[in-house]
Amino acid sequence: MIGRGRLYLYRFLFGLFLLVSWELSSGRFIDPFWISSPSRVFGYLWEVTSDGSIFAHLAITLYETFTGFFIGSLTGIGFGFLLARKEILAQVLDPFIVAFNGIPRIALAPIFIIWFGIGPNSKIILVVIVVFFLTFFNTYSGVKGVDIELKNILRIMGASERQILWKVTIPATVPWITTGLKLSVPYALVGAVVGEFIAASKGLGYLINYNTSLFSTTGAFGGILVLALIVVLCNEVIERTEAYLLRWRPREETRSQGELY
Amino acid sequence: MGLFQQPVGIVTPLLSVEGASKEFYSRGKKVLALDSASLSVHEGEFVTIVGPSGCGKSTLLNLIVGLLPLSSGRILFRDRAVNGINPEIGYITQKDNLLPWRTLAQNVEIALEIRGVEKSERREQAEELIERVGLKDFEDHYPHELSGGMRQRANIIRTLIYDPDLILMDEPFGPLDAQTRIVLQEQLLSLWTTTKKTIIFITHDLVEAIALADRVVVMTSRPGRVKRVAGVPIARPRDIYQIHQSQEFRSVYESLWKELKPEVKMAGE
Ligand SMILES: Nc1ncnc2c1ncn2[C@@H]1O[C@H](COP(=O)(O)OP(=O)(O)O)[C@@H](O)[C@H]1O
Ligand SMILES: [Mg+2]
Repeated sequence: MIGRGRLYLYRFLFGLFLLVSWELSSGRFIDPFWISSPSRVFGYLWEVTSDGSIFAHLAITLYETFTGFFIGSLTGIGFGFLLARKEILAQVLDPFIVAFNGIPRIALAPIFIIWFGIGPNSKIILVVIVVFFLTFFNTYSGVKGVDIELKNILRIMGASERQILWKVTIPATVPWITTGLKLSVPYALVGAVVGEFIAASKGLGYLINYNTSLFSTTGAFGGILVLALIVVLCNEVIERTEAYLLRWRPREETRSQGELY
Repeated sequence: MGLFQQPVGIVTPLLSVEGASKEFYSRGKKVLALDSASLSVHEGEFVTIVGPSGCGKSTLLNLIVGLLPLSSGRILFRDRAVNGINPEIGYITQKDNLLPWRTLAQNVEIALEIRGVEKSERREQAEELIERVGLKDFEDHYPHELSGGMRQRANIIRTLIYDPDLILMDEPFGPLDAQTRIVLQEQLLSLWTTTKKTIIFITHDLVEAIALADRVVVMTSRPGRVKRVAGVPIARPRDIYQIHQSQEFRSVYESLWKELKPEVKMAGE
């Protein structure tokens, strides 16, 4: 393990190394027409930030991503609990869920656009579908995997099924749910952006697509950089929330040390 | 007791196991795990059960607490047939089964929480027990931060806290080292003396079985039957640290080991 400060320093240096190599190769080895350059990209980002034109796109993509993420994860978690607790329902639905999950999401995007128009709604639905399955499968396995002995211990103490749900099943499933949510964030963003690529009049995906069609690699990389930044920020927020919620879990190092009697 | 006092001489046992059998079906094969076991336990008694591994000891406890249905025979608790989980019986399992997301104090309190006891009240009761078993400084630790012996102590007091009439203990000190075991045996006896609970305690260690018990039940190898029930005529309070050296202890040990040895050998074959 290295200290936190040092870790951030190394990360910063690595990022700097990437940018500098990009800057140096651009114009020297490769024509900036193809790969633009960090100075051009940051210049572009500065411009669209100071004139405010990027914010409308950013806002719409974030709106689609988070609305979809919210609806998809709530329904995924709810459905995961429902099926894990209603065995028959799970058995009946199993092949349908497998089949539906097997459809590439991108194949659904054009249909959603036909159904729900080129506005944000079609993208939200796409994100919902993506997030739903990730959280559903994780929640389902989590609820299924709850240690029956823990539930029995509480039953013997006189707990009702409702109390067992709140005191055992839900806390035991939290690690699985957070794993599902963590996986979902980048996919949610990808869902929204893919939807915007196919048909939209606003959003970061639209912006990237538009710039690419004008052969403006600077504009495309600008949009991509913003997307990357959003993913990193969201991931940080989720990791911190997870660390707090799961503070009862042994850290890897202590877990591998074995029992101390 | 008042008007309905039992006639002298016919004290009904707290628990009576009458010809209890249990069969399991696994991979299409029938396994007889427990073969018409009979046993009665009176209020305030400390009964230990010894038997080779796999002879149906845990199965017997699962039947008593109502986690498993009987295949035949019956089990009466306060004269009522056991039918489903009985919350008047506490069950301390070999695996500590503490909830990993709760601190030690929160784990100890949980049964009171289930009963709707107010927060300050239940914390007070938990703290008292935690202090009695020497875990005061660890109240806010999560289970993974505690040693095996500490977790097992927490496992025991979280059952004592709600005061069930009968407490079943399934090899609670099994995974602990010899010294920790003695310390916990001593603490258990002292808790038992002050609370006057009825305890059925399973162990595969004959020394432990005799040191703790009023009566020792020896079981046969699978399918488990009750082979012998023997009283332990050693005065209380007992000094757990010295008891092995006494003459009375040795004679009980020798006579019971004669019963247990062939069963252990048979189970090993
Ligand atoms: N749920 C079960 N299904 C099938 N067989 C079981 C089950 N539980 C216990 N058994 C069998 O019953 C026998 C007695 O088990 P158990 O009561 O755990 O023994 P002990 O606690 O004395 O070691 C063993 O042979 C075991 O394999
Ligand atoms: Mg056992």
